[in-house]
Amino acid sequence: MNNSKPIKRLVLRLSLMVVVMFAFGFALVPIYDVMCRAFGINGKTAGQYEGEQVVDPSRQVKVQFLSTNAIDMVWEFYPKGDQLVVNPGSVNEMVFVAYNPTDHPMSAQAVPSISPAEAAQYFHKTECFCFTQQVLQPGERIEMPMRFIVDRAMPKDVKHLTLAYTLFDITARHPPVAAIAGKDADQPSR
Amino acid sequence: MSAVIDDHGHADGQAHGPAKGLMRWVLTTNHKDIGTLYLWFSFCMFLLGGSFAMVIRAELFQPGLQIVAPAFFNQMTTMHGLIMVFGAVMPAFVGLANWMIPLMIGAPDMALPRMNNFSFWLLPAAFLLLISTLFTAGGGPNFGWTFYAPLSTTYAPESVTFFIFAIHLMGISSIMGAINVIATILNLRAPGMTLMKMPLFVWTWLITAFLLIAVMPVLAGVVTMMLMDIHFGTSFFNAAGGGDPVLFQHVFWFFGHPEVYIMILPAFGAVSAIIPTFSRKPLFGYTSMVYATASIAFLSFIVWAHHMFVVGIPLVGELFFMYATLLIAVPTGVKVFNWASTMWQGSLTFETPMLFAVAFVILFTIGGFSGLMLAIAPADFQYHDTYFVVAHFHYVLVPGAIFGIFASTYYWLPKWTGHMYDETLGKLHFWLSFVGMNLTFFPMHFVGLAGMPRRIPDYNLQFSDFNMVSSIGGFMFGATQFLFLFIVIKCIRGGPKAPAKPWDGAEGLEWSVPSPAPYHTFTTPPEIK
Repeated sequence: MNNSKPIKRLVLRLSLMVVVMFAFGFALVPIYDVMCRAFGINGKTAGQYEGEQVVDPSRQVKVQFLSTNAIDMVWEFYPKGDQLVVNPGSVNEMVFVAYNPTDHPMSAQAVPSISPAEAAQYFHKTECFCFTQQVLQPGERIEMPMRFIVDRAMPKDVKHLTLAYTLFDITARHPPVAAIAGKDADQPSR
Repeated sequence: MSAVIDDHGHADGQAHGPAKGLMRWVLTTNHKDIGTLYLWFSFCMFLLGGSFAMVIRAELFQPGLQIVAPAFFNQMTTMHGLIMVFGAVMPAFVGLANWMIPLMIGAPDMALPRMNNFSFWLLPAAFLLLISTLFTAGGGPNFGWTFYAPLSTTYAPESVTFFIFAIHLMGISSIMGAINVIATILNLRAPGMTLMKMPLFVWTWLITAFLLIAVMPVLAGVVTMMLMDIHFGTSFFNAAGGGDPVLFQHVFWFFGHPEVYIMILPAFGAVSAIIPTFSRKPLFGYTSMVYATASIAFLSFIVWAHHMFVVGIPLVGELFFMYATLLIAVPTGVKVFNWASTMWQGSLTFETPMLFAVAFVILFTIGGFSGLMLAIAPADFQYHDTYFVVAHFHYVLVPGAIFGIFASTYYWLPKWTGHMYDETLGKLHFWLSFVGMNLTFFPMHFVGLAGMPRRIPDYNLQFSDFNMVSSIGGFMFGATQFLFLFIVIKCIRGGPKAPAKPWDGAEGLEWSVPSPAPYHTFTTPPEIK
């Protein structure tokens, strides 16, 4: 009485629903990523910007730079200047410095974030060290240029932007030797 | 099953009665046995989770650190939440579903009896695994029941893997239970029992089961992602590898918000059976109750981010989640209105189930109102992570879910045991619980609004008096539950003989079988007029 056909069919359908919802949980990962980029949630910035824009001389935006080391990260890491006042549409550059004070090679990944978050989609980077991972030999110091354009279409009420980088130690995850061997193993998704 | 079993007689029931000894309970596929197992298991977990709450309240009795170390306090808040949610409330409702749904729809048993047995016996294994972590070197889970990454990944104790597998087992158990409930309700209804003739408890459980099937796999997914981040080098929640800790909160609350309705909808159903009985009137607005339940279930999927207004979501998002959350007040208001209208001009009597049900309506509404306050995004910035939130969700869970379970237990105990419970003691249990519960949680509103943060073992001196009141109320509520245990045991062992229908205003098929309900019921489906 308990294994009639309609029950079996129903159980099969319900099990399928369970599998679909389990997959949906994982699908939320890329969906979230796309949503973040589309709406600038969490101040996530998009990848490398290829376009060009005409400078808007009538408007100025202040861009501040912050750098933070994630927990247990021992590198020195800082921008050469605190802030720039830029015109939307123009290409600007800020140089960041990184220094590995330890006696072993290390690799690192910088993760950017823009505040206010709604401005993130109007902040374009044409060149950024955060697109790749950095490998520094013991005692090595590098200067990393970061070039960006503030979009002319950015809402007028945003007059002040903060670009914050957090530097993570990823030596354990991506050993420096391997990173050198596959030098162009960059991550364009950043 | 060769004997013709008369479902209205007792004598023939023994022809195929329960097996003897311990193996009866291990091997049983009988829905009543499994329901009983679920209910006892849930009560054990209720006492265990409650004892953890007692540790929390003892530590918070006075400001300063007296009794436990902060690290252990964190494990207590975490385990209290996990055990109450997954061990006490959810299994209690599954137990009630097992006992009552076949009786209410005129089915001989659940649709998948063997799976039913398996889904119960997964639970003791899961909770043994979870509780064992408290005795491991690094201690048990200490990251709160919401286990936000990276607290639960990068900074978690070693035992987190046990926690993950325990959640997996609980999830599998709940999913199998939910599939069983749906299969039973959709396939085994007696002829003539159309969907819109089903008792509301069956309706609310049908909707709850769909919620479970939709969100428990997402919970399984999120703990699997944690497992992979911890052991297999992925970076779902690790910013260094391209992940995002905030993603955890989105996925978790996509599960978490429907979960809170999973814990309350069956109580709505039970109360919708109890209030008409003791008002001696049919339920006001049956159809609107069904649609309101379905609306609440649907809305629960699009409000999750109201738990995370402060993580930094766009203004449009805050507005959307705020308005969607406020919208839930509409179907909930319909329900409260219907319960009040059912009582209006009824011939009310206040036996213990009715006392718990009326308290449910009033106190759950208070919890609903504080929920509305929290739903307002700009106000939530102030309330977030304070004791106001603790007061809110305890008001919807204790007098909501737990009082719903108490009310159901007293209401159906005569049917389960064949005896009437002790009405005087039952009322005493109610009043002690009612006073204790309000004494515990009402002052939390005040300390929360004044800024006392949750999940911290110490607090500012200005909160001392209210915390002492909360602790006294907590001890009172906790101790009272031993009275409940005594009342139930006393009722099982004896008492006045219960008739088939001990409540004169009761409606429903479950009252057409004798008390105690024979081991097998409705082997021939009843006729529904």
